[in-house]
Amino acid sequence: MSTATNGMSTKRRNGAGFKRRNGAAAKSQQAKGKQRQRWLPWAFLAPTILGMGLFTLVPIVASVVLAFFRWDIISAPSFVGFDNFAEVVQDPTVRVSFLNTIMFVVVAVALQLGLALALAIMVQEKLPAWLRVFFRSAFFFPLILSAASVSIFMRYLFNEQFGVVNWLLSFVGVPAVPWLTTPAGSAAVVILVYVWQNFGFSFLLFIGGLASIPTETYEAASIDGATGWRKHLHVTLPLLSPTTLVASVMAIINALQVFDQPYVLTRGGPGDSTRTAVMVIFESAFQRLEFGQASAIGVILTLIIMAITAAQFRLSKRFVFYQ
Amino acid sequence: MTTTSTQRAAVDRLAPQRPAPRKKRNWSMAGRIVLLLIASVLILGPVLWTLSTSLRPPAESFQLPPSFLPLNPDFSSYDQVFKQLNIMLLVLNSALVTGLIALGQMFTAALAGYAFANLKFRGRGALFSIVLATMMVPAQVTIVPVFMLIRGIGLSDTLLALILPAIPTAFGTFLMRQYFLGLPSDLGEAAAIDGASPWRTFRSVYAPLAMPGMAIVGILAFNYHWNEFFRPLILTISEQNFTLPLGLVSLQGNLGTGSISVVLAGVILSMIPALVVFMFGQRALRDGLTAGTGK
Repeated sequence: MSTATNGMSTKRRNGAGFKRRNGAAAKSQQAKGKQRQRWLPWAFLAPTILGMGLFTLVPIVASVVLAFFRWDIISAPSFVGFDNFAEVVQDPTVRVSFLNTIMFVVVAVALQLGLALALAIMVQEKLPAWLRVFFRSAFFFPLILSAASVSIFMRYLFNEQFGVVNWLLSFVGVPAVPWLTTPAGSAAVVILVYVWQNFGFSFLLFIGGLASIPTETYEAASIDGATGWRKHLHVTLPLLSPTTLVASVMAIINALQVFDQPYVLTRGGPGDSTRTAVMVIFESAFQRLEFGQASAIGVILTLIIMAITAAQFRLSKRFVFYQ
Repeated sequence: MTTTSTQRAAVDRLAPQRPAPRKKRNWSMAGRIVLLLIASVLILGPVLWTLSTSLRPPAESFQLPPSFLPLNPDFSSYDQVFKQLNIMLLVLNSALVTGLIALGQMFTAALAGYAFANLKFRGRGALFSIVLATMMVPAQVTIVPVFMLIRGIGLSDTLLALILPAIPTAFGTFLMRQYFLGLPSDLGEAAAIDGASPWRTFRSVYAPLAMPGMAIVGILAFNYHWNEFFRPLILTISEQNFTLPLGLVSLQGNLGTGSISVVLAGVILSMIPALVVFMFGQRALRDGLTAGTGK
């Protein structure tokens, strides 16, 4: 990744590059090539740089600026300083939504990583090859579906009266659970549906991490008498910690942005019980036309994401074991 | 892996006792398979239920016991979904949006990735860092200015509003840069000696070799944008510009629970292209999703 210097010699401007070139064709091109090489890279980069400038960089700057203005599109924007931030921080709906999001992230990410790790360890141990391929594909499968479609059919499965989930639970004597009509039930469904669809991504990362642990390590451990779960506790987990770090950073960042599942499953209800941070951005911008407040919420969310990423990499220095 | 090593250790030391530990190992493997099978059933069960319920008559669709295997398929829900929802238009919109984004990403990411990998210019490292840094800011946060920009250039409520902002891709550029760095640089040198212009060198030597990398970029773009919900929800207003996930969610809102099989028929239809990608491009999709996380 760091060896970015294998450029082609026509574009090399240093002596080494010139020395390597010989032959008449190259020489006659030298003058032309030198002229060309100045703008040539920019021609290659133009579509990406212009597009990202217009649709990513300008919007990033604009959303920070917008957070200090009051604007409903109809009347002219007016500068309000930190008012948007002050209002947003005091708004009970915004507060509840951020708390919901944090709770969601904690529970969903813990479930997602735990499940993914356990299943990855089980799949990577001795298993008939065709079964391993089957299990890997099965766990990966939900990743190709749309979160909106998944939430559509899951809403039917968790229906209180006619849903398959309650029907199955009735066989073990559980009375009908009011999944989507109570705050706790709705939160549980949003978490379960989200983890159902996304644990496969962490699973893939863990599979890759496990494959990179050298077998000799396990051989040494088993000669020392380590077996079963002790082997995983003392060998797998420490050696897997770099993967665990990457998997948890990505899982947390993705979970902080959850929108599709709560929007389709519950619309944030009942009450505000499953409203998330991105849902309040969406609602304050496109339903209440409070574009300044929406941007302020967005800035806060981005800062949280950056802080968590930084904190995790800091922690990693202490706890992650690199070989 | 580990079991073979214990096995080897056992053979080395106490060969006659080999059968006993082996039996124990098989038990633990059987237990593992049972647990993994339960997990697979929990993952695939809901999808199977969706498929077989979409093949029940609408009137029976919410009846218990549920159906998990479509033994007597009834296609009336599929007739209904074509009648109640302009699903052909949704498919067309989704295909157009997804296809153009995928092609656009493959093209622009290949060009930019090549420049970052093989061309030398001032500020290359800094520019590449900026490209990578944009990945940190979630799209949900920049959606408000993007929405206004789209309005400003007169594209609101068009398919182009979905397509254009999605074409420049930081991740795709990163991926293609990695790919070009992995290709031998003396190919380009040889082409230059033969008198090929830098563009010819890219076009005829490097771009064809980078096709597998471009395929990964395309498949990732397809998987993401075929399924995306948030941007279409905001950037399209009239139903004629809806994409599939948006159309299906609004269909679910419009229909009562009496005809859930119709909604599920739509869901199943919308899964078909993703399934095709899953069957033929699973490897590329896996590699792409985990690219850049290996270190």
